[in-house]
Amino acid sequence: MALLELRDVEARYGQVKALHGVSLSVADGQAVSILGANGAGKTTTLRAVSGTVKKTGEVVFDGKSIGRRSPEAIARLGIAHVPEGREIFGELSVWENVCLGAVTRRGWRDARRECERVIDYFPRIAGRRGQQAGTLSGGEQQMLALARALVSKPRLLLLDEPSLGLAPKAVRDFYEIVAAMNRDFGLTVLVVEQNATIALDATEQTYVLEVGRVVLEGPSEELQRHERVRASYLGY
Amino acid sequence: MTEFWEQIVAGLASGGIYATLALALVLIHRATGVINFAQGEMGMFSTYIAWSLLYTYGVPYWGTFAITLVISFFGGVLVYLALIRPLSRGGDIAIVIATIALLVILNGGAGWIWSPEVRSFESPFPIDRIEIGGVGISWQDLGTILVSIACVIVVFCFFRFTRVGLMMRASAQRPGTSRLLGIRVTLMLAIGWGLAAMLSAVSGMMAAPILTLDPNFMLIVLTYAFAAAVLGGIDSPVGAVAGAYILGVGISLLGTYWDYVTGAPELELPIALAVLLLILLFRPAGLFGRAVVRRV
Repeated sequence: MALLELRDVEARYGQVKALHGVSLSVADGQAVSILGANGAGKTTTLRAVSGTVKKTGEVVFDGKSIGRRSPEAIARLGIAHVPEGREIFGELSVWENVCLGAVTRRGWRDARRECERVIDYFPRIAGRRGQQAGTLSGGEQQMLALARALVSKPRLLLLDEPSLGLAPKAVRDFYEIVAAMNRDFGLTVLVVEQNATIALDATEQTYVLEVGRVVLEGPSEELQRHERVRASYLGY
Repeated sequence: MTEFWEQIVAGLASGGIYATLALALVLIHRATGVINFAQGEMGMFSTYIAWSLLYTYGVPYWGTFAITLVISFFGGVLVYLALIRPLSRGGDIAIVIATIALLVILNGGAGWIWSPEVRSFESPFPIDRIEIGGVGISWQDLGTILVSIACVIVVFCFFRFTRVGLMMRASAQRPGTSRLLGIRVTLMLAIGWGLAAMLSAVSGMMAAPILTLDPNFMLIVLTYAFAAAVLGGIDSPVGAVAGAYILGVGISLLGTYWDYVTGAPELELPIALAVLLLILLFRPAGLFGRAVVRRV
């Protein structure tokens, strides 16, 4: 059953239309990627889900239409959005950043215990919980943003270009944790990437966006061999 | 030497009054990005409400104190929801002008409701003095210092150790991302305005017994609090509080030991503002302000 479904979603920033009727579906427990060049509408698609862009069409999460809800209401349904550029709270400590992912959960004590558990998945930041988060490296900040998303115990994880500006090793480490969460805990993942190699590797299903439309969709494995994908996104 | 220590204590007492108001200014500046010029008048209005409770309804002092804080909190929330939030689309200038308008409205409103005549306001502390190590300290000063320190400590613990405090700090820093985490940012900012209104109420109720109560009595406190906040760093709560105590003590000592000022207390405020200008010129981030460490 589809956990998330977008039906004919159109979105615009002022006069500029960013999505021209996007439909896609993410099954419960699945890892799905959205590929596309700059300006193809990848980020806008995620923002349509988390309620941070004006849109028409239908967004259905877990059988409920969420198209008209506020971002904070959508987050509370169990959708964690790791935005582009990580958006960590630079002036707060690493530990406070992690805890912020859990602030809306019932039972602050239990929530903090969950934070303890989750931060242990991230050895590189676990040892620096008192440090100001703004002083972490890009890779560490991306890990922190992921930890912050995971402590909310999300049912759906939205990742916006997590590989952007990271060293290859940091990208691999990041996707390893995401894959483990998907495999071991059945966490549903929708990831947006410009880095097609890693996105196709990490997911089961892939959508390709071009100027606000889905132009191609299918199992990631098949798309890896697809001529158009190879030429446009994989570069060989 | 006795005189010196007495002046220090007196300075800390007025510093405490500035500190609570300066802390309110910093809270609002961090949350909304602007200076709330009506912060002092909000405290003035709260103090008039306290005056009514005390003298019209005969509520005992600490009961009045508590009720006034609660009313002030909701007053602050109301100001944010009814005025500041709807105006935020217009940008910072619109908000600043709104706070100036609010200053004038509260000032005129208080004069209209309670009449502009000067009134006395009771102090919860005894009028006699105690002696500590040969230094005579009035209960009034000591009480004011203790109340201001208590306020500062409560506010700091609230922000550092509670869940709502953490959500409020996050909302002030990155409202958009905070909403993605499920935080009700509007509610958090409204609580921030409520908290600031409570702090200015404390400042007003501590200042009124000394300055006497009239619709303009908080203007001078606001000026000092503003100078203190700039001195310490308008974005640094610790800095603003430290700046307020430094300013209070500094002016107290200046008035005692610098003959020009002793003979002319009207020079105290200009000197404080001259300090403010010098700080703005040479250290715009304030004594305790620091650039945020960022690595991209």
